[in-house]
Amino acid sequence: MNGWLFAIVQTLCVVFFAPFMAGLVKWMKCKLQNRQGPPPWQPYRNLLKLSRKQVVLADTASFVFRIAPYVVFSVTIVAVSVVPVISVQLPTAALADVIVLVGFLSLARFFLSLAGMDVGTSFGGMGSSREVTISSLAEPALLMAFFTLAMNASSTNVSTVIAHLSQGSLILYPSLIFSSLGLILVAIAETGRIPIDNPATHLELTMIHEAMILEYSGRHLALMEWAAMLKLTLYSLLIVNLIVPLGVALTLRPGDLLLGAVSVSCKLLLLALFLAVVETAQAKMRLFRAPQYLGLAFILSLLGMMSHIILEVR
Amino acid sequence: MNTHEKNLGQLAAPDIDSIPDLLAQAGIPTQELPDLKGSARCFLIDAGLWGSVAAMMAKNSMRWCAVWGEHCLPEIYVTAAFAARNGHLLFRAIVADDQGELPSQTPFFPAANRPERYLQEMFGIRFTNHPDPRRWMRHQAWNENQYPLRKDFPRAGTPLEETPPDSDYPFIPAEGQGVYEIPVGPVHAGIIESGHFRFQAMGEDILSLEEHLGYVHKGIEKCAEGRDVEGLARLAARVSGDSTVGHAWAACQACEYAVGITIPQRALVIRAILAESERIANHLGDIGACCNDVGFTFAQIQFSRLRELWQRQNAAVFGHRLLMDVVVPGGVSRDILAAQESLLRKGIETLHRELETLLPLLYENPSLQDRLRTTGVLSPAKARERGVLGYIARASGESWDLRRDAPYTPYQRKAITVPCYTEGDCRRRVQVRGDEILVSLNLLVTLLSDLPSGEVVKTLPPVTRDCSGVGFIEGWRGEIIVYVHLEAGGRVARYFPRDPSWLNWPGLEEMIGGVIVPDFPVCNKSVNGSYSGHDL
Repeated sequence: MNGWLFAIVQTLCVVFFAPFMAGLVKWMKCKLQNRQGPPPWQPYRNLLKLSRKQVVLADTASFVFRIAPYVVFSVTIVAVSVVPVISVQLPTAALADVIVLVGFLSLARFFLSLAGMDVGTSFGGMGSSREVTISSLAEPALLMAFFTLAMNASSTNVSTVIAHLSQGSLILYPSLIFSSLGLILVAIAETGRIPIDNPATHLELTMIHEAMILEYSGRHLALMEWAAMLKLTLYSLLIVNLIVPLGVALTLRPGDLLLGAVSVSCKLLLLALFLAVVETAQAKMRLFRAPQYLGLAFILSLLGMMSHIILEVR
Repeated sequence: MNTHEKNLGQLAAPDIDSIPDLLAQAGIPTQELPDLKGSARCFLIDAGLWGSVAAMMAKNSMRWCAVWGEHCLPEIYVTAAFAARNGHLLFRAIVADDQGELPSQTPFFPAANRPERYLQEMFGIRFTNHPDPRRWMRHQAWNENQYPLRKDFPRAGTPLEETPPDSDYPFIPAEGQGVYEIPVGPVHAGIIESGHFRFQAMGEDILSLEEHLGYVHKGIEKCAEGRDVEGLARLAARVSGDSTVGHAWAACQACEYAVGITIPQRALVIRAILAESERIANHLGDIGACCNDVGFTFAQIQFSRLRELWQRQNAAVFGHRLLMDVVVPGGVSRDILAAQESLLRKGIETLHRELETLLPLLYENPSLQDRLRTTGVLSPAKARERGVLGYIARASGESWDLRRDAPYTPYQRKAITVPCYTEGDCRRRVQVRGDEILVSLNLLVTLLSDLPSGEVVKTLPPVTRDCSGVGFIEGWRGEIIVYVHLEAGGRVARYFPRDPSWLNWPGLEEMIGGVIVPDFPVCNKSVNGSYSGHDL
């Protein structure tokens, strides 16, 4: 099977299933809270509805506001395309390593925060300022976690790292545990989940991600929301495949691919359950606690790096 | 435990019966007015002494409660209410309706600030030396020289084709590098009422908050004029939808005082059952809402569920989820039969059991408590200065509760525990609500046990002469004061409801300095002032 074709099909699948992942977390959360809850496929209906609606633009909106949804959405898709989902035989992964991956996410965030400020409402500006504050702390922790994993595999290529981890013996490396924890904390912050941000709130004053996209409507809003769901799925995939690389296909043989697809679905399901439990048991953190939280993530990643150098380098 | 200690937070003010002597000592000539019926004592004083009376009241640690006016051609009667340790005191001054002037009481009681500005706009009385000359309730819907509560103002108002935008209200600006304004509202994202908040902030720190209310001014007082007492009770039940029992009871109490009728004991006990049910339902909803505002959805869902079950029970027992129109002049419109009583008892037991599990869970959840503790602190000194009421006062060391301090039937001879804390943060405001639910549940059991037999409604005698009364009821938000003036023939000449929100809204402004922007919603929810009850 052609690797490039496989990469395209895989990316499209992720793009298509991302709303389901977001809907699934919400559905599980509702069930945990004794609520009926919308079905997991509700996000598809929302996206469809939004795409049919008229776009309302503020008089003060510049071209940045109009292009931002397309930029954010497409850059997130490109980021998704370099992450191995079912198989590590991914030619696109060679085009962009983890550093570029973080760069893609930053580019998307850059446009998102510009769009938040573009119209000139106080809520948008507030959201952008918070987003940038948080990501400036999250990014170093994320990179540090990636570096630890990369040093393990002696490569910054995501595919190589996953292949290396899955071929390794089942010994638990302390560096892996620390950097995985760091990665999870960062992922929760970066995808705007509780305890950092509350994706379900209607209170403008407390919003981070939602505040930036408050002025969006119609297909623009659909793209922004879809991009956010993609980001959630992207981080989920990174977590499950880097921490538990079990089952990721090392070849492009149909049997391996099938096994890979089944295993990644199961792992995502478990992760969704984990997210739902955390969001049910926790209140949102005070905004000024976020630096401490992300500081913890950074320290965990740093500990991972140090324990790798001290204990694992032969 | 500093809660439930006897007398914690009770007013240091003197006994109500010692006031005439104190007035005499201060050289303020008074004349007791017997025609304002009710539990409060009323004195007529000279308009020029309006300020001196307030000064004397402030010196004796009395609490400022309300001020209202009434246009009785060609004069305007202005009445102010104060609370002593065990009851209320009313002062009335009479001014001419053309260029009437009164010394302001605001320098002595900051709580009088907005009510006096409201009076100024509604009647055209000028308050001399008032510290704040800005308009308050009048947006742009009527002109500056029109006074809606005067008799010559048409009841239908003088609506313009299109109300001009209200964009020039002079908020007090903050200056300095990096200071910016955040306008919020009047239209909010949630399904809540309309009101404007203007923040002066620096980064995420709020320097100050200023409220601008009046967006839901409906002219309730004017609507009441000319109604009969039944119509008034229905209107009063809608002053603020969530305290329909409190307002309806206060209005009915005022009417019943005015016409001098004693209503059946059974009706009074049923009214108290209604009032406690209303308190429980609202507190349940509020606890959940506070949790929701800090992203703790689990508690919100649980408490919404409990509230919903409670309201369904309301519908089953009293025929209305929000208990509207059950309180009627002369009694109540529905009796509690044996079947309904057992339903109510079962509901009380279930709720009690559920709360025993849920409340400790909230009080001990670290991530929730981390958000609520030290958030939005209203110090006891500020609370006293602002005269805040209800659960806000009780979280800040002021435990005034009419049911205990100036009890009305059937609360006499009932042991009412009033929770009181001194920290004044969001956690305590949530906890006071939790405590109050448990107190109310116990009270409900007691009330049901000694429900006297007999009728539940008595017809009001025809009103043959002018009469007026003042009602005082402890609503779920705090003390509700209602003034009703009936003309001969039974039509309402003047109705004035003082919702506790008048005094609680300024309390919110006081607790916001130093809070960060994303913590404002939970502070606001922990206060939960009524827009409608304030805007009238």
